[in-house]
Amino acid sequence: MTAEDQLLKLRERVARLRSLSLLGGASVSRDLERFQKQIEQLEAAPTLTGEQIWHSVELARHESRPYTLDYVERIVDDWVELHGDRNRADDPAIVAGLGRFNGRTVALVGHQKGRDIKERKYRNFGMAHPEGYRKAMRIMRLADRHRFPVLTLIDTPGAWPGVAAEQHGQGGTLARSHALMAQLTVPIVSCIIGEGGSGGASAIGLADRVLMQENAIYSVITPEGCAAILWRDAGQAQKAAAAFKPDAAHCLELGIVDAIVPEPPGGAQNDFDEAAQLLAESIEQELSEIEDEPGTALRRQRRAKFRSMGVFAPVV
Amino acid sequence: MDVSIERKDEARVDDGRRDPNTCPSCGSHYRDDELEASLRICPQCGHHFPMRVRERIDSLADPDTFEEEAADLRSSDPLDFFDLRPYRERLAEAELETGLGEAMVIGSALLDGHPCELTVMDFAFMGGSMGSVVGEKFSRACESAAERSVPLISVTASGGARMQEGILSLMQLPKTVSAVEDLYDAGGAMFSVMAHPTTAGVLASFASLGDVIVAEPGALLAFTGPRVVQQTTKERLPDDFGLAESNLRFGHVDAIVPRPELKPYLGRLLRLFSHDR
Repeated sequence: MTAEDQLLKLRERVARLRSLSLLGGASVSRDLERFQKQIEQLEAAPTLTGEQIWHSVELARHESRPYTLDYVERIVDDWVELHGDRNRADDPAIVAGLGRFNGRTVALVGHQKGRDIKERKYRNFGMAHPEGYRKAMRIMRLADRHRFPVLTLIDTPGAWPGVAAEQHGQGGTLARSHALMAQLTVPIVSCIIGEGGSGGASAIGLADRVLMQENAIYSVITPEGCAAILWRDAGQAQKAAAAFKPDAAHCLELGIVDAIVPEPPGGAQNDFDEAAQLLAESIEQELSEIEDEPGTALRRQRRAKFRSMGVFAPVV
Repeated sequence: MDVSIERKDEARVDDGRRDPNTCPSCGSHYRDDELEASLRICPQCGHHFPMRVRERIDSLADPDTFEEEAADLRSSDPLDFFDLRPYRERLAEAELETGLGEAMVIGSALLDGHPCELTVMDFAFMGGSMGSVVGEKFSRACESAAERSVPLISVTASGGARMQEGILSLMQLPKTVSAVEDLYDAGGAMFSVMAHPTTAGVLASFASLGDVIVAEPGALLAFTGPRVVQQTTKERLPDDFGLAESNLRFGHVDAIVPRPELKPYLGRLLRLFSHDR
């Protein structure tokens, strides 16, 4: 589907919603506003070339890019990090805790990469074991119990592919993390702040509102992995990225994310404070729109949103 | 997702065997009708050969009770995906080779007289990969099961999400999981049968959420396959890495059920979940 088709589809949805406005309540007009916003962003966004997509991949992985704890430091007060899955271990590749975001208590979960070689190894390059996802689930359950909204920051090449990870149930744990998020009755806002790599990313991304930073990527597999399989040459990563289009503009076009979070000129790595402020503004906007909705209605809409994702057609 | 849709071919090259009717475990060779008569199990050593979707349905559903649903759904090509060949061409070829419209067939059936909903995957169709159509079919099956208040039986064989649909195929994870949660909230039940291989995006979504999860003997059930784990971590892999037997030992599946016992096993579950007195 081309960008034009997508625009046409969005415009149709807006027209349909407008015609309903006599029947619908606040939630319809909110959807309207959201679609209108998407249209405006789409019209403003240029169609990216393969090279531009690759630039986005490079920025998403930039070694100076702000990570979860850099944002926590700047947008959350009274931060209390919580550790351990109460089962086996504490996984440093995922951080989780409680804090105050614009005056309300929230639970925050995010992948965490390391800045220098030592910390990178300690954080396992943001690639979590099942223990990390179990910690995330524990904090989300806690949030549900106490009615704290959940914020998740996604930044991982993928869930860790190791022997112990498999033995401790990586696949099943990712499935249950998705499932838990589909069960929560508190508002959830997620943002992809760097690499959104495969099931390890979506496992903490089943949210009411999914945001994506301008230079983040969200994909089913790493460009290198895709190239190794389809081109039989990991060196063709740039071609693979151009083919599966993991950039924010395409994710918005496909309806995978609800809005794009702008970054400082040149990328988030150039100004952590500004990047954090822009992120906080976007999260606040989404959160304030949904936080007064009844929990069961939120959950119903959340599932319906993901239920509608996919492109197919009856055979002709 | 890391598991190749080309794995089928690679395995043949690795084994040095090109004939799908030669047992990779003991080397015995069979005519197709021999394997058909034995539920595709090697009579010599018990190795479970891959089972095609129609055979699987015939082996589980009572005769003439299976009614297929959503058979007309086909993948679009939302990304105009082109690797060495266009995605559309790969799809057309898969349909021609397998006689299937997609990697999953769904429908209603009776099993030992109990009504149920069946979702069965076929690895022969692009490595059983999950794209928009597989996600949609599975979700519709959940809705159909909930509507009719019958349990859903899922049989999986998949390399994971379909790369050619990019991020849309990753979104089939949250989509199918949401469908399972709706089914459970409606009081429904789901039994998951993991056949060889059940990996990556399918293992990390609906397949792992069954009320009861069983595996076929020797099936590979792993989020990441052995080749990629070995390449990425340089770790020494245990001989039974990711196999059903290892998954049973680590507590990830309820039982390993050989193919001839699968129908009676599922029949027993259907009776237990029927709430009849």
